[in-house]
Amino acid sequence: MTVAGWIEIVLFLALLTAITPPLGAYMARVFRGEPVLLTRVAGPVERVTYRLLRVDPERGQDWKGYARSVLVLSAVFGGVLYLILRTQSAFPWNPRNLGAPPWDLSFNTAASFLTNTNWQYYAGETTLSSFSQMAGLAVQNFVSAGVGIAVLIAFIRGLAARSGNHLGVFYVDLTRAILYVLLPLSVVVGLVLVSQGAVQSLHGLTEATGLTGRPQTFLTGPVASQEAIKELGTNGGGFFNVNSAMPYENPTWLSNFVEMLAILAIPAALTATYGRMVENRRQGWMVFGAMMSLFVVAVAVVYIAEAHATPAMQAAGLTGDNLEGKEQRFGIASSALFTAVTTAASCGAVNAALEALSGFGGVVPMAQIMTGEVIWGGVGSGLYSMLMFVILGVFIAGLMVGRTPEFLGKKIEAREVKLTVLGTIAVPMMVLVATAVAIATKWGAPSIYDHGPQGFSESLYAYTSQTNNNGSAFAGYTGFVQPNGTNAGAFGISFADVLGGLAMLAGRFIPLLAALAVAGALAGKRVAPAGLGTLRTDTPTFGVVLVAVVLIVALLTFVPALLLGPVVQGLSDQLYG
Amino acid sequence: MRELRTAVIAALALTVALGLAYPLAMTGAAQLIFPGRADGSMVEVGGRVVGSTLIGQDFARPTGRKDAAGDPVLAPDPRYFQSRPSVTGYAPAATFFNNQGPNQKALAGQLDGFARAYLARERPYTPGLTRRGIPSDAVTTSASGVDPQISEANARIQANRVARRRGLPLARVLTLVDDHASRPLFGLAGPKSINVLQLNAALDREPSR
Repeated sequence: MTVAGWIEIVLFLALLTAITPPLGAYMARVFRGEPVLLTRVAGPVERVTYRLLRVDPERGQDWKGYARSVLVLSAVFGGVLYLILRTQSAFPWNPRNLGAPPWDLSFNTAASFLTNTNWQYYAGETTLSSFSQMAGLAVQNFVSAGVGIAVLIAFIRGLAARSGNHLGVFYVDLTRAILYVLLPLSVVVGLVLVSQGAVQSLHGLTEATGLTGRPQTFLTGPVASQEAIKELGTNGGGFFNVNSAMPYENPTWLSNFVEMLAILAIPAALTATYGRMVENRRQGWMVFGAMMSLFVVAVAVVYIAEAHATPAMQAAGLTGDNLEGKEQRFGIASSALFTAVTTAASCGAVNAALEALSGFGGVVPMAQIMTGEVIWGGVGSGLYSMLMFVILGVFIAGLMVGRTPEFLGKKIEAREVKLTVLGTIAVPMMVLVATAVAIATKWGAPSIYDHGPQGFSESLYAYTSQTNNNGSAFAGYTGFVQPNGTNAGAFGISFADVLGGLAMLAGRFIPLLAALAVAGALAGKRVAPAGLGTLRTDTPTFGVVLVAVVLIVALLTFVPALLLGPVVQGLSDQLYG
Repeated sequence: MRELRTAVIAALALTVALGLAYPLAMTGAAQLIFPGRADGSMVEVGGRVVGSTLIGQDFARPTGRKDAAGDPVLAPDPRYFQSRPSVTGYAPAATFFNNQGPNQKALAGQLDGFARAYLARERPYTPGLTRRGIPSDAVTTSASGVDPQISEANARIQANRVARRRGLPLARVLTLVDDHASRPLFGLAGPKSINVLQLNAALDREPSR
């Protein structure tokens, strides 16, 4: 650990806090349909889009209509993406003439990008053509992020509605999320990344002969444009197999800093958007504070853990930081911070190999994902999941102090509580069941790479990450065997691909539908004025309650599993293999 | 039906706009504003492409011997600073990580091998160098397998060997190391690092004696 490292972390947190109010206010204006600076350019495009889609922006949808639009669009896009992958040899920009990935890998990858997970069983540059990456994957980077934001906005409208049962119009929210937020930010971030050295070209392969005569083959592609939305949309699927550790994706310390800010900017700012839309900014800050306090602990633990030699290093007589699987230009601080950022947000991009993290270093990414991706979380999905925990917190706290549970002046009744519990418990249950099936049956075994508890950690991480739509990995765990650099003769491990794919779909859509249903149930409720008996939800005290609910309901479920894997490794110097 | 029709049109429109127009426009803009960087920061020496400043490479030469499989055995060229070890053959177009966890025997063995090789290479020129004195970047593999940089401490150890083998004054080599050491954010953050390819290319430009 160094003073400079801590300064970097504090600087990052300060900048994140500073951009939250202005960006949050901007998004609130956008989703209320108020004019912003970009309206001049984007307004006409918006109107053409609605005409093309034959959508009436004035005709609001109830929660079922909104959910139907989300599901139908997702189904269509899932099909489109699967077809693009399966026919990639027919498309241009395929410098290596790669064939189609196998069906099981394609299913997993399509599910992965559709659900904003971006889990990578495929190996970017050696499995997929530039066309598949930009017209297939990167489109989903925008759309899945846009869907997350749209559903959040609909959820907030349900909380704030004074009458009626309308949550807005899905295609209007999606269009605005892309046109006013994701696309302009991607252009800016993409060009900043190119200025640092991220590649953006369609030249394909370049041969070089090094200073001592060693040959080296280089591949470029439309990387920066994909990298930008990969971070901003908390997607995380890299153009290259090693993701943001690859210098062509993330060339410098500065590009790394920008990428980290890009990952958390929108999820953090949405808390301010929420505060404005429910006309109580303190509500937004309460959620922001709860997320920040959990996050600060996570960052500190990884940073401290990685600044020590691992058991394998000690066995080889080495001292110093755990630089295994880390890049020199980032060092321990930027690697630790990125790791915490990407697993807090449901991003899953990595600038270091998570499999090589020390035992306790590895607890943090897993534990953050296990909270259900609510420490910032994915764009939109993080906050609507956190607001479900808020409702749960209101219910629990209300019971404890003997008051009628109310949230934003609306009574929380049986239907909302049932749906909320479904939305918050379903994902942890699926993680545990999928992991249990994967480690207890012979089908899960071929995917495991490391020995001892690390092999269990790989499995646990794989299903935790996929079900919670994160996408980062202990990447020894595999669903795709790729013998020799091209995918001729390669095959998918069907069990891992299909189980993972289903986990991602269920982990995305069950909480999403539960959130919309809760919003639908709350939308029509009468707002009672706050009285002396009202439990206030915009105070630091309630923030503590919220943190406790997250820890107890989500994280506590996983403590036994964590003990068996990364914690055991952190406590012992024993080597396995 | 109406819902499906809307979704199909939306999928087509979004694919064309975000999947083709956006990346192609970005490519055009990047090529216009940052031509060299957008194409991979390639380095030319004497009109020949020798690599990329952003991508680490292997500064090794064939020894003339062959291994059991009949492939030529390579050895690090002692006249050059050496990159961090890589198990991917420094392949920037087929990247992967070895994925050995922190408590794997295989990782301990790999680290031990790299430490032996480092000591064998550097100790003749840096007497008193021990395992505990090896900077950890010198024996660990990076996540990308193509890390272009090494730590300052690693470069200072290697400078002893490079100076001797090239017949250059140590002070001159250390000056070159300092010239190529960079620290982000005006020297406030991040580790001080040296780009190995740029440093080696600068060494090759030194007048030989």
